[in-house]
Amino acid sequence: MIPGESIDPRAFAIGDRLAGVSRVIGVTGSKGGVGRSVIASTLALALADRGKRVGLFDLDFTSPSDHVVLGVERGFPEEEFGIEPHLAHGIHMVSVAFFTGDAAVPLRGDAATSALLELLAITRWGDLDILVLDMPPGLGDTNLDVIQLLPRLEFLLVGNGSRVVIDSVRRALQLFTELDVPMIGLLENMRRGNEQAVESLADTAGVPFLGSVPYDQDLEDALGHVDLLRASAVYSVVKDVLPAQQSTAPS
Amino acid sequence: MHELALADSVVKAALSAADDAGMDRIERIVVKVGELQQIKRELFEFSLTNVLPAMDSRLAGVKFEVSDELVRFQCRSCGIDYGRDEAGIDSDGDQGEAIHFIPELSHAFARCPSCGSPDFEIRAGRGITLERIEGSSEDDPG
Repeated sequence: MIPGESIDPRAFAIGDRLAGVSRVIGVTGSKGGVGRSVIASTLALALADRGKRVGLFDLDFTSPSDHVVLGVERGFPEEEFGIEPHLAHGIHMVSVAFFTGDAAVPLRGDAATSALLELLAITRWGDLDILVLDMPPGLGDTNLDVIQLLPRLEFLLVGNGSRVVIDSVRRALQLFTELDVPMIGLLENMRRGNEQAVESLADTAGVPFLGSVPYDQDLEDALGHVDLLRASAVYSVVKDVLPAQQSTAPS
Repeated sequence: MHELALADSVVKAALSAADDAGMDRIERIVVKVGELQQIKRELFEFSLTNVLPAMDSRLAGVKFEVSDELVRFQCRSCGIDYGRDEAGIDSDGDQGEAIHFIPELSHAFARCPSCGSPDFEIRAGRGITLERIEGSSEDDPG
């Protein structure tokens, strides 16, 4: 180490903490309000229902909501040589909401990076087939941090047919291509009509189009109730987003 | 006891630094512990000295030196500098527990004692840092 310069040791533990995780899928979308948290949470639920060992890490530190989508009670994680994710509905969950309750968490970028490092260094995910990351909106600190810090990262992009979203997702696709981040594909959410903009964007960008979730005016009533989520349109689409043969588990 | 996980990261960082420096043996590891995280020092030091050295032969006989650093916040709104006791954190309850795991969650609970802002910088004493390692190489003369 350079004389006089201290080292933040946390990044050195991340590889071991994630050693038992076969796949890391970041559900991202760059534009706010496209439904990333609903997609990420429902994807995790569908995978758990399929018998997969699944983790769900809510990285939207300033506005966590996966616990709301899945109706999970807040509670401190178990502390055992690190922290153990909270297990609910077969999903191993980590969210800052479990620590802060209803308090607002105003974090600037460097603080969000530090919180991410801390959680990656101390969370014992164990053996998982898939760790789903619910990414915050934008292409800022946390998205760049996970690209840099997490091995085996793949992005699943979420968008909709709005022109402002299409424009934003196009930029995200360009960036992830430039950074050589593997992309599972682009999923259309809240589809209202017959527009082909999202599918066309996927085609132009050369990434798989993963399907369309129709706009569901009853979805709000399903939030917090996993039985209703399982009967929702979003569940029926996301359950088939990852082909079964892609999620192989370590023995 | 997540102190073991923190100690583990220190040792992994030290081994990596030893690799970079071409050290075959680490004799001393100097660590600084920030006040904000309120780690359990006995558990942390026990993990360092009794549990982790067995993971690598380069750590045989290693000594640890652990020092403390007081936390200093600086308000980004009015600019004043203040400490943990002035920040209004309930250290004995859930707030202290949350900050123990993730010091950045102090932004949810701590407030500037002058203007009440939650927008501050943690300038010192946040968590654990590896300050220095000392060791030797088989190639060293003498």
